[in-house]
This record gives sequence, C-alpha cells and structure tokens, in this order.
Amino acid sequence: MVLTEKLPARRPAVDALKAGRRRLQIYLPIADLPVNIFLVLGMGLAVGFISGMFGIGGGFLMTPLLIFIGITPAVAVASVASHIAASSFTGAITYWRKRALDLALAMMLLSAGIVGTATGVWLFTLLRALDQLDLMIGLSYVTLLTAVGSLMIYESVQAEMRARKGMPATLRRPGSHTWLHGLPFKLRFKRSKIYVSAIPVLAIGFTIGFVGAIMGIGGGFLLVPMLIYFLRVPTATVIGTSMVLTLVTMASATVMHAATNHLVDAVLALILMVGGVIGAQFGARTGQRMRGERLRLLLGLLVFAVGLRFAYELVVRPDDLFSLRQVRGE
Amino acid sequence: MRRALILAALMLAGAVTPASAERLVVSLSNHRVAVTQNFIGEDLVLFGTVEPDPGKPGLRPSYDLVTMVTGPRETLRTRRKQRVLGIWVNTDSREFVRVPSYLSVLSSRPVKEIAPSDVLRRLQVGLDNFLLPQRLGSDIADTVPEDPFRVAFTHLQAQAGLYRESATAVTFLTPTVFRAAIPLPANAPTGNYLVDVLLFSDGVLKARTNSALDVTKTGFEQYVADAARDYGVLYGLLTTLMALLTGWFASVVFARD
Repeated sequence: MVLTEKLPARRPAVDALKAGRRRLQIYLPIADLPVNIFLVLGMGLAVGFISGMFGIGGGFLMTPLLIFIGITPAVAVASVASHIAASSFTGAITYWRKRALDLALAMMLLSAGIVGTATGVWLFTLLRALDQLDLMIGLSYVTLLTAVGSLMIYESVQAEMRARKGMPATLRRPGSHTWLHGLPFKLRFKRSKIYVSAIPVLAIGFTIGFVGAIMGIGGGFLLVPMLIYFLRVPTATVIGTSMVLTLVTMASATVMHAATNHLVDAVLALILMVGGVIGAQFGARTGQRMRGERLRLLLGLLVFAVGLRFAYELVVRPDDLFSLRQVRGE
Repeated sequence: MRRALILAALMLAGAVTPASAERLVVSLSNHRVAVTQNFIGEDLVLFGTVEPDPGKPGLRPSYDLVTMVTGPRETLRTRRKQRVLGIWVNTDSREFVRVPSYLSVLSSRPVKEIAPSDVLRRLQVGLDNFLLPQRLGSDIADTVPEDPFRVAFTHLQAQAGLYRESATAVTFLTPTVFRAAIPLPANAPTGNYLVDVLLFSDGVLKARTNSALDVTKTGFEQYVADAARDYGVLYGLLTTLMALLTGWFASVVFARD
C-alpha cells in the first residue's frame, strides 16, 4: 500500500527535474556557451577534493576537464588561474594559522615568479597567434606530467618497500650539501631553517610562474618536490609556502590574462571556486588520515595517467585533422 | 497570424521585386533574440505569403522558397594537422575573410532541384555556392566547392551547429503561404543577422525580400562580456578579489578549532 502510493508520487519529481534541466544550464559570457551548472560545480568539488587531499592546486586536472566539456583551451587556462587562486588562498590561511609557512622564502620565490608569469602570458599570446598554443599546452602536459608522475611513483614505491622491510619509510634527506649549496648570494630563511643561494630560489620561482601561466596550473605538484629536493625545505613548511606562491602567481596570471587576452570567464571561475573550496576542505580531512607514501603514490599515478592521456591525444590521429580559430570578429 | 502578416505587410510595403510581378510578404516571429543566463538556443519562425501576379489570375505556378540567414561576419582560420616526428601538429592554415559566423540555407526542396546550378551560383544560394573568400597569398578569393579547406570549414561550422542546409525547413501551408523554421543554436554569435528570402518558380527567381534580426547579450551577460573586453585589468583584479573572498569565506566556514 505504501509502495503503490509512493510510485506515482515520484513522477512529478522526475518531470520537474526534466523541466528543470533547462534552467540548470548557465550561459558563460566569455566562453560563449551554456554549461550545466551542476556538472561544473561537481567538477570543482571533485578536483577540490583531490587538491585538498594532496595539497596541490589541481589545475592540471581542471584545465583538461574544462577542455573536455567544450571550453576552448585558451579560456580554460585563463579561467582556471582564478579558481586555483581561490583554493590556494583557503589553504594558505589554514597553514598561516598553523605557522607552517615561510613567508620570506615565499616572497623570494614570488619576485621571480611574477616575472615568470609575465613571460608565460606573453608566450601564451604569441603561440595563440601562431596556431601552436594547443600543441604547446599538450606537449608541456605530456613532458611534465609523465616525468613528475613516474618520479613520484618510483619514489613512493621505494619508500613502501623500505617500510615493508621494517625500515623507516620517511624520506631520506641525503647529504645536506649539493652543488646548489656552493652557489653565491647565500640567504638564510629562518622558519625553514635553510641557508641557500638566491639563484636556485629565483630559478624555481621563475619556472613555476612561467609554466603556470602557459599550462593553467598552479604548479604545486612541481614546486613541492623542487623545494624538497633542491632547497631541502623541511616538509613542515613546504606545502604552506608553496600555497602562498601558487596564490600570488595565479592571482597575477588572472589579472594578466584578463588584461591581455580578455579570456577570463568570471562566471565559470566563480562556479569552479565555490565547488573547489568546499571539496578542498573534505579532501584535506581525508588526506590527513592517509600515510604520506600512499598519498604520494596515488598522486603520482594520477599525474602520470593525465600525462599519458595527453600523450595519447598527440600521437593518435585526430578524428578531424582540421580545426577553426577566430581571427577577428566584427 | 493575420496580425503578423498585416504588420509585415506594413513593414515591407516597399519590398523590391524583380521583373515578375509576384510579391513576397514575410514576417519574423521575433526580431530580437536575447542571450540571457539560461540561453540554450532558440527557434525562430518566419511566416510569409506569396501574392500572385495580378496580371495572370488563375495561373498559379508551383513555388519554391529559399531562406538564407547570415550572421555577423568574422574572419576565421582553418588549420590542418599533419604528423611531424610522430605527433600531430597544425602545419597548414587558410584564413577565411569576413565570412558569416552563422549561415543557414533553408528551403522547401533541395536547392539543386529548385534552380539550375548557374542561377544558384550567381545568387549564392546553397552552402556550396555561398561566397566564402579565402586569403590566398595577397589575393582574397573563393575556391572551388571541393577545396579541402573549404569543405573542412563548412563541415566544422556545421558540426558546431552554425552552418546548415535544410531542404525541409520551409513548408508551404497553402500553395502561397509558407513557414520557415530558423534554428539558432546556443552558441549563435551575437550581432545582426540578415534573413534573405528568395522565391523561385520553374528555376527562375520570381521575387526576393529580406528581414533582419538581432542576437544580443542582455543584462548580466552583456555587462560581464563588455567589462572583460573594455576594462581588462579591472576585470582581472575583481575576479582575483572574488577568488580571495571565496577562499577566505571557505576557510572561515570550515575553520576547525
């Protein structure tokens, strides 16, 4: 009896949902196409979850996803920048409260990061004019993601093996001096307890800013290993510091993309942000319950898989050899 | 319907007609399409009637009607990929200069059956006959319809829903009253659209008239698009501020003690 009453009652709901599907579409003013608001919100949540879990921006996942739902690579890259700025700001505040953030180091990386971002935006504009932007984005993704992904997998599998043998699984900090430490212009960063040359710091900052602007990624997944391996920044301050850097490079990338290419879609960015910051909070909680090596292995596999996906696209004959690009409107 | 026709008749009283004395009177269901937050495309309807030649009462030939809708002009580049060192790279491109961003050829029969090919070519009726000038070196000219870049161009535009040729979109309700369905996809570019209506009989153009419509972004969409274009830096700063606020808000809402 209860069941028979329930069945017809469900129908109006389904009909309302179907009618509502029209209203769920939201028109993106810069991307110039309608998207399903819940699809984009869901993507924001999912990527935010992953970014919170691993302490990364998640741009390397979000940009390809946006391209997949039909947004042009140029608009995707430019809009994701502001989304990453939002999620890294949330993270940075959390780490600031925990005092797990080296502001001096972040500022030093930033000064070079902004120059890198400006160079990246300039090259982005140039490549777009030469019809080679999509190729460049594709190639950078393949190279970076497969390289970083396989390194992470290798490193975390080794750590896991060591753990099996009963040895401490923590990351070894081999000989505290490399050739990088022999370079001049040495600076002391108190909170991170390191004493290094300014040259590698500036070089890392520039690289992250540059790569971020071209690929629409915050570069957290690159910056964290770089800071650990090259500068020997302790794990306590590395993620917080990386988040400050990501925040500022992505915020300036947003402004620069908006000023030069006029491609930042604020409506798209807002939906992504809202989903992203909520997802990040839940992701961070899940991440804290997992072991570091397991987490790095998962992230490595994810990064590697996305890299392979891009490689596949470059190598396999595309369905259509032709593509269009607007040169001028009226 | 009658009101629409009277309105149209008033508006298009001065419509030009070629040698023959048939007259075309058309009216569009909507002259202004507003692209709003939930715009998912729109179907416009063009109603029209053929006023037969008063000099030849009783003689009523069978009419064919073609409606061509062209959107605002834009310059597009068609790029061709080739395999270079194992990967697919854009190696070759052709620029299509000031071509319609939207083009639909709607007819009551396949255009090839309506008139001989030389007539169609002269009037630019049909996707194959419409002038799509390409930049060829220092020249700007249209190529043969079989040109691979031209074929790819129309094909890609058709895939995007922007170019179409339909032989069923125009229906004659009576021998002289017709109705044409004009589909505007969600990605229809904003701007002025020209609606060109051509009446054929026995392969000869009998009458021609036109109408126009506007696709405009309104309200919020217009505001955002304008801001992004005209005040890039400010727009970027505001978007960044929005990002910071969202991020800060989340950290407050989800703050744990």
